[in-house]
Amino acid sequence: MAQFFAYIVHKNGAADDSALELINAAKKIDPSAAVTAIVTGSGADLDKVADEVAASYPEVWKISNDALAYPNAEVVRKALLNNLPSDAVILMPHDTFGMDLAPGLSIKLDSAFVSDVADFEGVDGTDIKVIRQEFSGQVSTHVKVDMSGGAVITVRPGVFQPDESKSAGGSVTDKDAGDVSAKRKYLEVLVAEVGDVDITKSEVLVSVGRGIEDQDNLEIIHELAEAMGADVACSRPIVDAKWLEKSRQVGTSGLTVKPKVYLALGISGSFQHMGGIKGNPFIIAINKNPKAPIFQLADVGIEEDILEFVPELTEAINEAK
Amino acid sequence: MEILVCVKRVPDTSENEIEVNSDGTDIERDDLVYSVNEWDNYAVEEAIQIKDKVGGSVTVVTVGDEESEEVLRREMAMGADNGILLEDDAFEGSDGKGIAAILKAAVEKGNYDLILTGAQADDGAAQVGGMLAAMLDLPYASLVNFIDVSDDKKLKVGREIEGGNQEMNEIELPCVLSIQTGINEPRYVGIRGIRKVASVEIPTHGASDLGLGADAVGAGAAKVKRLDYFVPELGEGAEMLEGSTEEKVAKLIELLKAKGGIK
Repeated sequence: MAQFFAYIVHKNGAADDSALELINAAKKIDPSAAVTAIVTGSGADLDKVADEVAASYPEVWKISNDALAYPNAEVVRKALLNNLPSDAVILMPHDTFGMDLAPGLSIKLDSAFVSDVADFEGVDGTDIKVIRQEFSGQVSTHVKVDMSGGAVITVRPGVFQPDESKSAGGSVTDKDAGDVSAKRKYLEVLVAEVGDVDITKSEVLVSVGRGIEDQDNLEIIHELAEAMGADVACSRPIVDAKWLEKSRQVGTSGLTVKPKVYLALGISGSFQHMGGIKGNPFIIAINKNPKAPIFQLADVGIEEDILEFVPELTEAINEAK
Repeated sequence: MEILVCVKRVPDTSENEIEVNSDGTDIERDDLVYSVNEWDNYAVEEAIQIKDKVGGSVTVVTVGDEESEEVLRREMAMGADNGILLEDDAFEGSDGKGIAAILKAAVEKGNYDLILTGAQADDGAAQVGGMLAAMLDLPYASLVNFIDVSDDKKLKVGREIEGGNQEMNEIELPCVLSIQTGINEPRYVGIRGIRKVASVEIPTHGASDLGLGADAVGAGAAKVKRLDYFVPELGEGAEMLEGSTEEKVAKLIELLKAKGGIK
């Protein structure tokens, strides 16, 4: 079996949640896998992450270089290519960094590539069978990946249990980044503006998605929120259409919320959206599409067109007052 | 600036309930509404806006079949100057790498400064842009939601990263960018616009035109193969409220009150 690696995403001297999830992801492929963690970066933050990760991985490769201080995928790719064996099986999270790095890395390693893996279902020779989703999560597929020449795999964040045992007592080995010159230069991160309402603090959220169909229809959402004493949030398409501010968007590319009650209206329930809902709220989904993935994730579901149902709900709440 | 945008014809998930066929070999394709992949449409709009600013041309290319032509024409009606269809039975069963190899061959037939793809398509793989860039040895940035073209040697691009933050980068031209939705507001395309480009010639290239062998594309070259489709079971599933609309409203209000959802 090929050598397994996990690329550790980290920020401000702390490893991302995915760091511990990748251990169990790799063990799902090969229960006896001894996974090597790779951390790239520079300075004290890198040292701290390498030590943190060594508690969970038997071996940690630490690649230090000033050019790696910010994880620019084009620079990281070169550092990895200068160190990885060509038949490596390397796992990383399917996040905005993994999406930037992984496809090109697989080409340069001439290895198989499979992304956003939700589960592994065993190995047959050099083939692994994985489960992933298509069509915004409406259907799943089994995919066979030939990893005889190595593989680059991005794993869906949050689906594998973190390995909290921290009993690896691993060693940290310094590796040379080598030539990491790149034609893309990181400049800065512009932090998202805070909106007029801070939905991360809301206890009750009325969240609207593509099912609202038209900007003018948003009025019914605001009226319902007012009747309930809730705040209005939304999924990505509403922000893309510029109908609501980015500061109202729930999801991995928006804000992480932790309300007590989450009313999802016309939201399909992509994992990127659900990834922004924490704290195990009571989720109610109203959607006219019975196949919407949100019905698998919500506590209570109602198959209705929100354009008709929401005004009736608002009226009934107001009458009951 | 000469810009190439890679597009794909996909089932429109906002218009369709996607169902698996009886033997799980495919989704039910009859009666599906198809359209251009949403991310690609933003990419084409961005290309047209760049052309309007600095001049040049926009070409849209797709790997597909005859039916994919409608998507090329739609994007040409938006303002793309040229369309190219890459079609060959030998392309059937290509994995992401195979598709990228086909596109690479098409890129090399032209002289492009900027190549755009959508950040992802119907299979959610988000792979072709990054693979194409690596094959061409060009710099790449994914999930781009801002492009500044004030310099002719390099671009300033913003990437959408976690938490709604934006990562700013400088990237040398030529380069490959994958475009995130929300970067612009794609223009509306009317029937009249599509009619105007209905008779424009769209060149078609096959494997031999592109110099591609069976070792690079198609099912034979694919290391990644889809085995089947099935309906996921993500959790226990929601308790579905049944009855008339009035009854559902009443049940929901009761639940909301019990859970503190109505103040």
